[in-house]
Amino acid sequence: MLFHAILFYVFAAVLVGAALGVIFARNPVHAVMFLVLAFFQSAMLWLLIEAEFLAIVLVLVYVGAVMVLFLFVVMMLDINIERGGQGYTRYWQLGLAIAGLMVFELIQIIMARGSAAGAGNDFSVLAEGYSNTKALGAVLYTEHVYAFEIAAVILLLAIISAITLTMRKRPGLKQQDISAQVAVKASDRIRIVKMASEGKETES
Amino acid sequence: MKALIPDFVLNAWLSVWGMLPPLMQYLVETTFWIMVVMITVILSVAFTTYFERKVIGAMQGRIGPNRVGPLGLGQPFADVIKLLVKEVIVPTKSNRFLFIIAPLLTLIPALATWAVIPLTDTFVIANIDAGLLYVLSLTSVGVYGVILAGWASNSKYALLGAMRSAAQIVAYEIAMGFALVGVLMAAGSLNLGVITEAQSGGFLNWFLLPLLPLFFVYLISGVAETNRAPFDVAEGESEIVAGFHVEYSGVAFALFFLGEYANIILISALTSIFFLGGYNSFFEGWTFLGEGHFLREPALLWLIIKICFFIFVFFWLRATFPRYRYDQIMRLGWKVFIPVTIVWIVVEGVMSWMKVGPWA
Amino acid sequence: MSKLQSYIKTFTMWELWQGLSVTLRNMFKPAVTVHYPEEKAPQSPRFRGLHALRRYPNGEERCIACKLCEAVCPALAITIESDVGDDGTRRTTLYDIDLFKCIYCGFCEEACPVDAIVETRIHEYHMEEPGENIMTKDKLLAIGDKYDAMISADKAADAKYR
Repeated sequence: MLFHAILFYVFAAVLVGAALGVIFARNPVHAVMFLVLAFFQSAMLWLLIEAEFLAIVLVLVYVGAVMVLFLFVVMMLDINIERGGQGYTRYWQLGLAIAGLMVFELIQIIMARGSAAGAGNDFSVLAEGYSNTKALGAVLYTEHVYAFEIAAVILLLAIISAITLTMRKRPGLKQQDISAQVAVKASDRIRIVKMASEGKETES
Repeated sequence: MKALIPDFVLNAWLSVWGMLPPLMQYLVETTFWIMVVMITVILSVAFTTYFERKVIGAMQGRIGPNRVGPLGLGQPFADVIKLLVKEVIVPTKSNRFLFIIAPLLTLIPALATWAVIPLTDTFVIANIDAGLLYVLSLTSVGVYGVILAGWASNSKYALLGAMRSAAQIVAYEIAMGFALVGVLMAAGSLNLGVITEAQSGGFLNWFLLPLLPLFFVYLISGVAETNRAPFDVAEGESEIVAGFHVEYSGVAFALFFLGEYANIILISALTSIFFLGGYNSFFEGWTFLGEGHFLREPALLWLIIKICFFIFVFFWLRATFPRYRYDQIMRLGWKVFIPVTIVWIVVEGVMSWMKVGPWA
Repeated sequence: MSKLQSYIKTFTMWELWQGLSVTLRNMFKPAVTVHYPEEKAPQSPRFRGLHALRRYPNGEERCIACKLCEAVCPALAITIESDVGDDGTRRTTLYDIDLFKCIYCGFCEEACPVDAIVETRIHEYHMEEPGENIMTKDKLLAIGDKYDAMISADKAADAKYR
């Protein structure tokens, strides 16, 4: 347990540090990398409470795909690093209000958890052979199957609408049809004409 | 064992070992096995480079390295020493910190994935239930090294290479993930050990036959994931010099090199585990050999043979096919592989519903 | 029919397998490599390698400082200065070939009326210090003396085609 506690505090400290780094990093690419580190550390925290499915999916989806595309965009932007830190104080009232709200909510959750029966402050130790993935799947595909499917449809809609918004067919644009190119045969392109030779025989 | 180590040394060691707390024993033991697997992988990377040069040489009517040591077997070590003594040049105006850690970010995921790979039927460093997800998430993290190397170099060629590589890896990861969905549907588990066990009982029980299209999709996506020819537009010597690692030299370059070949070995190992039954024997179904014949037993050797075959396939592809054009790579990934895998997952659903193939 | 055939070919990756079989077959063919320092590829007597200045059998320099080679040299690699020698004949006092400029075209050899400057079959040479790329008259004559037998044999072999 002591070992777990040490690990928890180390990961939590790095997580908080990385989160601060996201805000205070001058260079946007550094900020993105701090965010990646923060995702990793929260995945570690989830692993500590044996929620390995969520932890690994967090790394897979957010670190492996979303942040890569983020990084991609940030790398392409020509951001003036000098001016990056000047906008902090402009919306401080709004920022403070949102931060206060979040702190309030967190305290609510912690209070509710603390008062609930059976909720220990220990790290959970699950039974041998208990599979997080299986449990999650069992709930998702039975109890919450409609919500799950609706979420899937909404995501599909988002993909389709994003494609329709960005894809425009310019008139007069020449495009390749690769399957047509591959399927082409010599007889489609060349016509071999049989002609009588123009020698002396034909003249006479 | 007894002959090698004197009794008093063994006794002393056992008593010291017994005095350690269980957590410490666990840490020491795991670290030891991690070191063993890591050093083996790194040494095999060295000989994989030799193997590649020999295979490609033979296919091109050449000999390959034959000067350093007998049959040129010292060549990998000569290469390593050459790279180690070279100077690491960090370009001015590059981002020094990211420039230095980028090669590590490609190497570490490639080595860390070995933790969940079942090497024999009893030995795996970390027997975790979400092993397949762990593999997927670590292979997707590997792309950071390439992107950061490209950006931190402050070079146009490197940035172009990084962009190509990032788009390519993200695209092919989806096809790869879908192919693995097929595998886990067939095995009914995310644990790599269970997946391998589900394929025991001979050649016909491997997932190769029922999941043949997924096997090809996985293998080809694996080649694309590792940025190997014919999908090596990220390096593209003829267009963008060396792509993302154009500014790297010396040890930093050696780490990239190590990461690339470690990834090749890893993808080969994963393909053999997911589709070719991992450590299961080829001859397991040959009942005429008799019960308990050594050829029918699962062993590390079978896994190694399968890995070597897939490594050979990587080099075979490199020697055969010219480089894909970038838009063709994207078309193959999005418009061919993803539909093929989705169709086959549906087919698999029907198969498991009708109780045919591995679900019988 | 042909459409169906092409679909089958696409999905079985037929043409890729054909390509793979070519490389696989070539893998088992013997290598054609020449193990260079131990084995060497055959050389023509007309090979144009390192230059040499020749002498007549009685030891007299062939070169008469006509400067035709200097004039013909497309890379301007040859520099010649001449003076009247002790025996009253015209001789070169300076005959330099810059090997870094030289493109080994063999024009100097063609231009020479007395077959003084020749290009030998020596191609394995190197320079270690700056300045070694300038072949002076002494060095050229020394090469001519050393490899006289080879040069004469090569010239004799080629003579009937000239």
